Amino acid sequence: MRYAMAIDTKKCVGCSDCVVACQTENNVPIGYCRDWIVEVVDGTYPQLELEIRSERCNHCDNSPCVRCCPTGASHVEEGGFVLVTHNKCIGCGACIASCPYDARYPHPDGYVDKCTFCMHRVTKGQLPACVATCPTKCMYFGDLDDPNSPVSLVLKNRKHKTLIPEAGTKPQLYYLI
Amino acid sequence: MATRRQFLKTSALGLGGISIGLSAFKYVSDFTGLQQNAADLTVNLTRTPTYCEICFWKCAGWVYKKEDGSIWKITGNEEDQHSNGRFCPRGTGGVGMYTDKDRLKTPLIRTGERGKHEFREASWEEALDMVADNMKKLSSQYGPECVALLNHGSGGKYFSDLLKAFGSTNIAAPSYAQCRGPREVAFVNTFGELIESPERTDIRDSKCLVLIGSHIGENMHNGQVQEVSDAIDKGVSIITVDPRFSVVASKSKFWLPIKPATDLALLLSWIHVLINEGWYDKDYVEKNTYGLDLLKEHVKTMTPEWAYGITTIKPDVIRETAKEMFNASPAVIIHPGRHVTWYGDDTQRLRAVAILNALLGSWGRRGGFYNPAVASVPNYPHPPFPTPSRTWRDAFPGQFNLADETLASGLCDATIPAPTRSCSFKAWLVSGTNLINTLPDQAKTLEAIKSLEFIAVIDTMPMEITSWADVILPECTYLERYDTLRVSPHRKPAIALRMPAMEPKDNTKSAYWIAREIASRLGLLEYFPFEKLEDYLDWQLKQIGSSLEEMQKIGVKTFEREQDDMYFQPGEQHEFFTPTGKIELYSTSFAEEGFDPMPVYTPHPEPPEGYYRLNYGRAPMHTFSRTSNNPNLNDLMDENALWINPKVAKDWGLKKDQRIWLQNQDGKISNFSIKVRVTERIRWDSVYMVHGFGHATKQLSRTYGKGISDTEMITNVMTDPIMGGTGMRGNFVTFLTEKPEEVAS
Repeated sequence: MRYAMAIDTKKCVGCSDCVVACQTENNVPIGYCRDWIVEVVDGTYPQLELEIRSERCNHCDNSPCVRCCPTGASHVEEGGFVLVTHNKCIGCGACIASCPYDARYPHPDGYVDKCTFCMHRVTKGQLPACVATCPTKCMYFGDLDDPNSPVSLVLKNRKHKTLIPEAGTKPQLYYLI
Repeated sequence: MATRRQFLKTSALGLGGISIGLSAFKYVSDFTGLQQNAADLTVNLTRTPTYCEICFWKCAGWVYKKEDGSIWKITGNEEDQHSNGRFCPRGTGGVGMYTDKDRLKTPLIRTGERGKHEFREASWEEALDMVADNMKKLSSQYGPECVALLNHGSGGKYFSDLLKAFGSTNIAAPSYAQCRGPREVAFVNTFGELIESPERTDIRDSKCLVLIGSHIGENMHNGQVQEVSDAIDKGVSIITVDPRFSVVASKSKFWLPIKPATDLALLLSWIHVLINEGWYDKDYVEKNTYGLDLLKEHVKTMTPEWAYGITTIKPDVIRETAKEMFNASPAVIIHPGRHVTWYGDDTQRLRAVAILNALLGSWGRRGGFYNPAVASVPNYPHPPFPTPSRTWRDAFPGQFNLADETLASGLCDATIPAPTRSCSFKAWLVSGTNLINTLPDQAKTLEAIKSLEFIAVIDTMPMEITSWADVILPECTYLERYDTLRVSPHRKPAIALRMPAMEPKDNTKSAYWIAREIASRLGLLEYFPFEKLEDYLDWQLKQIGSSLEEMQKIGVKTFEREQDDMYFQPGEQHEFFTPTGKIELYSTSFAEEGFDPMPVYTPHPEPPEGYYRLNYGRAPMHTFSRTSNNPNLNDLMDENALWINPKVAKDWGLKKDQRIWLQNQDGKISNFSIKVRVTERIRWDSVYMVHGFGHATKQLSRTYGKGISDTEMITNVMTDPIMGGTGMRGNFVTFLTEKPEEVAS
């Protein structure tokens, strides 16, 4: 079992619903976020392209944040969820520095926090909060080992990319382009 | 490009105090698959149904609470056609409307000068007595018609009933003359029916969607955004006409970067091409429309080459896009838009939009415009409302006869005493609308307010308008009250319930309670027979075979259509509600009223040297000027920026994030500064900002002084002679790089 997420940049409008839904679902304090929006404009008026991406932890297969954690707080759960056990985290910030995606932040309660792929929901058979609420339905989530999961199907049928593949972290967040 | 670091930097200013950690998860091995739903029915959590009040789309959803009784999250109700189980960022962040520490907390009575926000706390008894006493006093002096209501949102219904019972029908919402009015008048006078809300556009099945300045996705009209996404999956061809490279322009097959204020010329040239190339639905047009020959003659000279000189859109692009529409017909939508009060000839521009849809046969067809259905819910009988001896129309003899709703701007104008008018409005009740940032020409709005003998404001938040109130009545939020059932037109008839998830905070009350208390003081209680709204709801629901108890469990109830009439049936001879009984390509009503029966392009003023046209629009996480202080939504976007083309920025030596002030063509200088956003996404002849920022109310602690209010820069209003809409896009601004002396600190 290997969970992954695919996000369709052709449909995302950058509305930030994924951000606020994550904040409320996971009690992320106002002023912090586990996911965020990036807009990239290319070209000169009127020959333009715009790519909008909802970004978050890539739940990498080869995750530097887990390898560098001195306490074992950062770890991988079955299914590929990269998580932080809050009460084992000493807030040293090594993982924050090691993440090429800048996906981790220091929670005001003293531990490092990040996207969990909403494992608490997924293990109950629900979609991550961001995927479930997105008004453009631009996010797909599921098990890559299941060829019929929404994410497997969409990756099979659509051109896609990952971010900073040269970092060698084997990210599991795909962008449909 | 916005980076995460910048996001954190800009949003980490006010840290909240929530500190519920998520302890280590236990992996459950008997995982059986993923559902496509958002609902979380965890035990020990209660959920209550609501429909959202953060915007007018009114999505139905669920409010979840934590074990400590506080609100956890708000999600969509899957049965709801407005949201399909998915809330937009504003609805998801609706919890911030409840938690906002800056909320109005108790009735307030003015102690200082109007506009200074000097108040003392008062009891509800005293505040309500004051409202009722003033209404009685002014009514005995000038008649009940001298009281006007300006409203927006669910609370408006109760104050409308109150005012009608009192004897005044002078009731207006800015959503008409400042927003969608022109499209309603245009479509009524073409097809005999309104567009209404949610729009009857069948986007999910459309093969070609044409957007004239409509920035779907940035305007987060939830169901509509969802349908555009569905249509993209199905390969819809989108044609976006916008001087700005909007988000939806970036998803379009054709983006037409039109010169601002010339849309009507493009629309007329499309009509010319469709007719002259024979690219229209001949059977449909012959059977259903009136005036094709007149229209053909009218647009004879309006060729793509003619339009090119006006719009800067090349003739071959005009022809290619016209063909694209025809190829998709009748599953094509030239979208009527929503906020369409731009240049004062807006009804005529929307008439051209309606005519294009008529030629392509999209009205009443799948993928075009469907025929919506509304649930039939009986109202409790009450005595008939008295007939007023005069209305707002008396202030505008011979004008705006085709307006089918009251003009908020008209009420404002008619409040200012004038020698030509025998009576002006003496009192306003204002419910849920921040008029100062809603009506253009703020100086006029303030002049009207200053001439009032009494003004009461009902709202949840301190706003510019509350500063001008004689008495403020603090309303609880939608999360703390019952309201009337949501009964909106859609594909299937449906109703939705809003019930309180929380007790009203502080000393706030529901709009129903406030209206009924005023009614009681005016001896009008017979119009409000139910002490509690929930008793009325239960009575009402039982008339249609449901009950309050059932609705509390399901939130939304959808019914089947009584007839299979969502689209025209093959061979159906449809009767349209127009004077000719046909779709009027030539408007007989316009001709009768002395207006052009078919749209005519007139050039609009262009910016003088060194000035740029001020365009404005929406951000998906904010509604009007009402949400910028909401802690959750403020966290997503805490101020607006001024979009400036890099060439213009270079001419002026402006850098990204530099703060500048604006001055308009009439010398009006902005109250505050705004950050520069240098971007290729905007034309060199215009600038753009998101509406709703630049609040001047210090009581809005998060948003005070952040950014510029587009409304304060709109001093030139181009009034639509047909229906009184206030055209707001004829204002030009220049940049002040040094802080002007007259600007407040």
